[in-house]
Amino acid sequence: MKKMFIVCSLALFFAACGGSGDKDNNAAAPESTEAKSDDTTASSESGNPSYDPNRGEGKFHDVQLSDKLDAAMAAKGQKIAELKCESCHKMTDERLVGPGWKGVTSRHKPEWILNFVTNTDAMIDKDPKAQAMLEICMVRMPNQNLSDDEAREILEFMRKNDGVK
Amino acid sequence: MKKMFFPAVIITASILIGLAGCKPKNAGNAADGDAASRVYVPPGKYDELYNFVSGGFSGQVSVYGIPSGRLLRVIPVFSVDPEKGWGYSEETKPMLNTSHGEIPWGDQHHLDLSQTNGEIDGRWLFANENNTPRVARIDLKTFRTAEIIEIPNSAGNHSSPFITENTEYVVAGTRFSVPMDYENGDVPINSYKKNFKGTLSFISVAPTDGEMKVDFQLLLPGMNFDLSHSGKGPSSGWFFFSTYNSEQAHTLLEVNASKRDKDYILAVNWKKAAEYFKAGKGKKVPVNYAHNVYSEETHSATSTMIKETTVIDVKDFPDIVYMIPCPKSPHGCDVDPTGQYIVGSGKLAALIPVFSFDKIQKAIANKDFDGDYGGIPVIKYESALHGEVAKPGLGPLHTEFDGKGNAYTTFFISSEIVKWSLKDLKVLDRHATYYSPGHLCIPGGDTKKPYGKYLIAYNKITKDRYLPTGPELAQSAQLFDISGDKMKLLADYPSIGEPHYAQAVPAELISKNSTKIFRIDQNKHPYATLGERNSKVVREGNKVHVYMTMIRSHFSPDNIEGVKVGDEVYFHLTNLEQDWDVPHGFGVKGAINGELLVMPGETQTLKWVPLKAGIYPVYCTDFCSALHQEMQGYVRVSAKGSNVPISFSLGKNSDANDSLLAK
Repeated sequence: MKKMFIVCSLALFFAACGGSGDKDNNAAAPESTEAKSDDTTASSESGNPSYDPNRGEGKFHDVQLSDKLDAAMAAKGQKIAELKCESCHKMTDERLVGPGWKGVTSRHKPEWILNFVTNTDAMIDKDPKAQAMLEICMVRMPNQNLSDDEAREILEFMRKNDGVK
Repeated sequence: MKKMFFPAVIITASILIGLAGCKPKNAGNAADGDAASRVYVPPGKYDELYNFVSGGFSGQVSVYGIPSGRLLRVIPVFSVDPEKGWGYSEETKPMLNTSHGEIPWGDQHHLDLSQTNGEIDGRWLFANENNTPRVARIDLKTFRTAEIIEIPNSAGNHSSPFITENTEYVVAGTRFSVPMDYENGDVPINSYKKNFKGTLSFISVAPTDGEMKVDFQLLLPGMNFDLSHSGKGPSSGWFFFSTYNSEQAHTLLEVNASKRDKDYILAVNWKKAAEYFKAGKGKKVPVNYAHNVYSEETHSATSTMIKETTVIDVKDFPDIVYMIPCPKSPHGCDVDPTGQYIVGSGKLAALIPVFSFDKIQKAIANKDFDGDYGGIPVIKYESALHGEVAKPGLGPLHTEFDGKGNAYTTFFISSEIVKWSLKDLKVLDRHATYYSPGHLCIPGGDTKKPYGKYLIAYNKITKDRYLPTGPELAQSAQLFDISGDKMKLLADYPSIGEPHYAQAVPAELISKNSTKIFRIDQNKHPYATLGERNSKVVREGNKVHVYMTMIRSHFSPDNIEGVKVGDEVYFHLTNLEQDWDVPHGFGVKGAINGELLVMPGETQTLKWVPLKAGIYPVYCTDFCSALHQEMQGYVRVSAKGSNVPISFSLGKNSDANDSLLAK
């Protein structure tokens, strides 16, 4: 199965056969993400006319953030990131396995980030920005089994890392 | 063994074939026309049932999908498995501990799925070990062995691990009678009648977490206990064991234990025995046996030696056990779904006796006895008998039920399965098997609620069924459709080791609970590395503890120096992944050990004692990503007494190295 993921992701880039490859892949590998939205199925079945590349795909829609940092939430996020994320992501703009986190909150909308970290596989399979990044990193970001709250806490830590006070 | 049987099989098979007049030449014309579509499971689709199959002398349990016959997993239980690190990682070694020390092999014969109200509940699978008597509990959330308990005062734990209808008890009966552990065992073998005893152990199972405990052991006269099944419904509270060697032979049993026309089925009132035990009856005796438990929180096993058990001598409690004569060395001892009928199968018999629970109770009430055996009342055969299935075949072994009033019995000598009616004991159908079946399995076929659609025969002899693979051949399972009046052969598939008993259950009951990952934030392993920033190498005397993480696709740290020849190096690998199906493996060049296969969120430890100075590569053995081949590291081993300090790093090429490269 793991080999298949790799074969599929290579196929995505070299043969540009994402659409049909996706379906087979999904059939063989049952859902491995917990967060699954209603529009996941809707968009993939309808040929994806409604896909919003700024929002990504998942359960998060318009996420409103305060101008001020929630320091307690950011501290929680940092703890989770140290356990589950920093093996591959530096806090600078330097790429390690995945891209550095500096500036990530200005590169993506908050709902995109939250959807990507909770609905990782589905987004790597179809999101243009995620696919472009995969082409650079060549390792599919692992789904790290984050709850919605944990994802939000990590986003707050990213904001802190990007200088929000 | 196989060769020895074969001439007899050919002869009897050809006689039967001659009688039936339809010689099946090969698999091609033996299977029915639509068989292929009945067993075809399209790519990406799941099988209808899980099938858990004992591994016999492999010591393991294999898991198949039915009806495809696809092998899904081999669960290591009693034998080491270097592929999975079972018995090689520091965490799993205690699981194989016994009073004799750590044993790398076992002989696994029978399986029973846990039940609630006489129906399979999908929580646990119990497995016996014959050679060094043990019972294992496999957790069906993780498909891993969660617990192994050794059985004291026992040898050849064959009539095991059959369970009561609410999994109150798992039983373990002795095949070999032996002197008890708490007595002097250094006695002449020919003092069998005086010094050798049999025991039936009742192991309680905690209703919440399944933990096993040897509650009490019934002490019985020396003979061989073979198979058993619990009562249910009206016979709830009773257990039935087949016995042989009531001759009490200790040599050439092939002849000497086959002399009597009848041996016995032992009926045990286990509820009564449990009451005596709870009332403090019986004798506490000193023993020594291992109880091994694996924790999914610490990802580690602990082995505890237990020093005492309670023995209840049935001579002193005459209302616990009764004997029922049963022809010709009975083997299978099976109770039908209603709990009313007990089927005994004499290995050398040409008929099948069926006993009635009501009649047994009446006979006990009326003291309708025919003497005693070693102080145990013997019920008159006719008084217990519901009836006999006449001329069913030769050498009946095991019976399972379809829940529609029919029984299916394997015949080893005449190599066939025979379907018969419990009501009037008439033979309804027969089908040849290839060759010589031992056990058979109908999903839920030993419960109150069989899933009577399929039957799987486990054949002892394969011979010409598959492409030859030298002198050693896989044994064989054969899948039958039993939904209609006639049995239809659907498929053959090879098995792991020698399959004995098996269990099967509709997949949904188990698949919905299957664990996908271990949560890293709940990892309580004392050497877990929770986050790459905590990875380190620590020297404690001549022990070196490496706290190492793994994630697609690197280790941290991946450069280690300061290890010396003769050090005990413990690689504690924590897999930081939290996604399904992303184990990482770990191998060390030259390590006299297995590999590790570390599941997401888990910590496992490989011990390595380097014997020579040099550079030792380590790498991930389980293909994990496009950069799997990059998942590697180096350990430098220096001579004893060298002054290279412990150091470790990840992602740092040293200045010296860079400047060399620049030149």
